Amino acid sequence: MADRIRVLVAKPGLDGHDRGAKVVAAVLRDRGMEVVYTGLHQTPEQIAEIAVQEDVDVVGLSIHSGAHMELFPAVKRELEARGLGDVLLVGGGIIPAEDQRELEELGFARLFGPGSRTDEIADWIEAQVAERRRKP
Amino acid sequence: MTDAETQSLIEGVVARDRRSLGRAISWAEREEPRFPALYDALWARTGRAPRLGFTGPPGAGKSTLLSALLRAVRARGESVAVVAVDPTSPFTGGALLGDRVRMGEHALDHEVFIRSMATRGALGGLARRTHEACDLADAFGFDRILVETVGVGQSEHDVLQASDLVVVVLHPGAGDSVQALKAGLTELADLFVVNKADQDGADRLVRDLEEMLELRLDDGRKDVPILRTVATTGDGVEALLDACEARLAALAASGELGRRRRARGRFQVGRIVEELVHERLFGDDGAGGLLSGAELEEGTDAPYARARALVDRVLPQRSA
Repeated sequence: MADRIRVLVAKPGLDGHDRGAKVVAAVLRDRGMEVVYTGLHQTPEQIAEIAVQEDVDVVGLSIHSGAHMELFPAVKRELEARGLGDVLLVGGGIIPAEDQRELEELGFARLFGPGSRTDEIADWIEAQVAERRRKP
Repeated sequence: MTDAETQSLIEGVVARDRRSLGRAISWAEREEPRFPALYDALWARTGRAPRLGFTGPPGAGKSTLLSALLRAVRARGESVAVVAVDPTSPFTGGALLGDRVRMGEHALDHEVFIRSMATRGALGGLARRTHEACDLADAFGFDRILVETVGVGQSEHDVLQASDLVVVVLHPGAGDSVQALKAGLTELADLFVVNKADQDGADRLVRDLEEMLELRLDDGRKDVPILRTVATTGDGVEALLDACEARLAALAASGELGRRRRARGRFQVGRIVEELVHERLFGDDGAGGLLSGAELEEGTDAPYARARALVDRVLPQRSA
């Protein structure tokens, strides 16, 4: 039985723009992944707790409020606090290049800005998860 | 016999570690080769938590109703696990698991555990390993387990294989379909819920259900409670929980609960036997089985005769 990739797509914080998250969720589903969608307005604690219960391989955060430098590192901390520091963590939304670099240093595997091609996101996730699973 | 990782998962579930439970359910889902050892080691701890199964057509409000029920169960001081099943696409194998959107408020409550499962090709309204996922939550020590099927039509009956009590959730928009549901889903119901009871058509739906029950020939099956709820406001949810309790108590008193649980166990072991026999006959991912592809192809006899000869070879004849 193939080991399906499980992805959590979450919207931290207060912004109500979930179009991007839903598009990405639909594309990942169409690429054969199981996508858990949380809905809007999740706190970092909620997102990490859901990642525990759903045992996902990937956590994808979408944000358009500008609060990514607070919320994204907070999600990372909450995941680590629950022993999920090794989950593949990605983000998307409007994130300036210098913030992207800082977040990558914090352990975000990759950040996808506006104009990212959805098939590239899916390809990249597939390749990353496959590589992680090859490791013992 | 069990390796260190399996042992640590077993111990994790026993110690009520939520991450271990999440991981253990994934092992069930992906049919991890070490899952049988994990499951059997925990099995003695199962059989405690009552399981309520919720099924019904898409859009009836099952997820919203479950979220409201979670609130009611928690207010009574009980811990609760939810296993919510959503469909896998038959075309891509992917799934969008959205039941949590309606249950967001419970994410930080440590006495609540919610797991989404995709059907992964199973057609009966549940995933292939939903029964085992419920058992793992039971072994973990949750007081109560709620199962939500995919939105179903007339012929998805698997909810019986994972629950002590079946609640069929309908909504006024589906009023006319009660007619069509007569011979299907409604026969499973221990309880009916007319959700969205504040909408037009709710009275009519209740009447249709009453009439359907009246026309039943078997007297023992006429007496199925019909409850009205408005899941979005919580109206009727306390009464629903009380009715579930009363029904469970009646099932236990009559011995029916025990019969159902034995039937569930029988079904489960039968299913595992089928899987093991299949694996032994045809092999598993490259490992050879008792019957090779070549053997299935060769021979000039007609298919039934050939198949019977092969089965006679690998399995002893039934004594006449």
